[in-house]
Amino acid sequence: MHDLTPLHGLLGGALIGLAAAALMLFTGRLAGVSGILGGLLTSRPTDRAWRIAFVAGLVAAPILAALAGAPLPRPAIATNLALVAAAGLLVGFGSRMGNGCTSGHGVCGFARGSARSIVATVVFMGAAVLTVAIVRHGFGG
Amino acid sequence: MPLVLASFACGLVFGAGLLISGMTEPDKVLGFLDIFGAWDATLAFVMAGAVAVSSVGFALAQRRAAPLFASGYLWPTRRDIDAPLVTGAVLFGVGWGLVGICPGPALVNLAGLSLPIVVFVGAMVIGMLGYEFSPARGGTSVAAVESPAVASRTDG
Repeated sequence: MHDLTPLHGLLGGALIGLAAAALMLFTGRLAGVSGILGGLLTSRPTDRAWRIAFVAGLVAAPILAALAGAPLPRPAIATNLALVAAAGLLVGFGSRMGNGCTSGHGVCGFARGSARSIVATVVFMGAAVLTVAIVRHGFGG
Repeated sequence: MPLVLASFACGLVFGAGLLISGMTEPDKVLGFLDIFGAWDATLAFVMAGAVAVSSVGFALAQRRAAPLFASGYLWPTRRDIDAPLVTGAVLFGVGWGLVGICPGPALVNLAGLSLPIVVFVGAMVIGMLGYEFSPARGGTSVAAVESPAVASRTDG
């Protein structure tokens, strides 16, 4: 399950970078998914259409791939729904409080050379590594 | 309208990138975060590819007066490293590490409508709304924070 797939990673990553670059060049907006979704919940109606369109694009990607014959994504995720809900709450609350997630801080922030984003990325990577270590290997627990 | 179509196309390409890179699979993400187990470095290659291409695009954008379909660039303006940034990143990181899903892959995976993903996205939206109305944000109402410029200028 944990085979390194560097070429798919690089190619997929390049597409993510292309999308982020194009969103800035065409619309002047930053491709941070938590910011786009969070803004959708709070922003003025006039600022909503582009956000809805970006989110629709994300959801449409696997649907178009399915029309071309790929299976719809049904990933192997933790089956404990209480744990899944807790994780979702933390991801939602934390990404808004910290003003970004893996896309806004991790990709766009690094590409802009933003110290804020680099600090946020190092912190959330560290917290995630520690969490996985505790859950999988019982360190400190 | 061109702005909305461009946004949709960018979301589509972004989603395709997440699918191709394998980052919509929690196992691949947790494999990267599990440095004490069978480490899978793929996520580092995804980041490298994404940062390389987007930094070129951003440099291009900074040399142009305005984006094609909008009047100006909404670059993030904040430079301070404050407590909410760090605390939020810790909470986000713990949630990400628990199941291996962050907002982008969550939305792409939503298309499969599997129960855990629906639960995750629902909880994520509640978490986002919870922050907007929380004392951590100063308990401001949506109306009080409703400046589109500010909303668009968050780091991510």
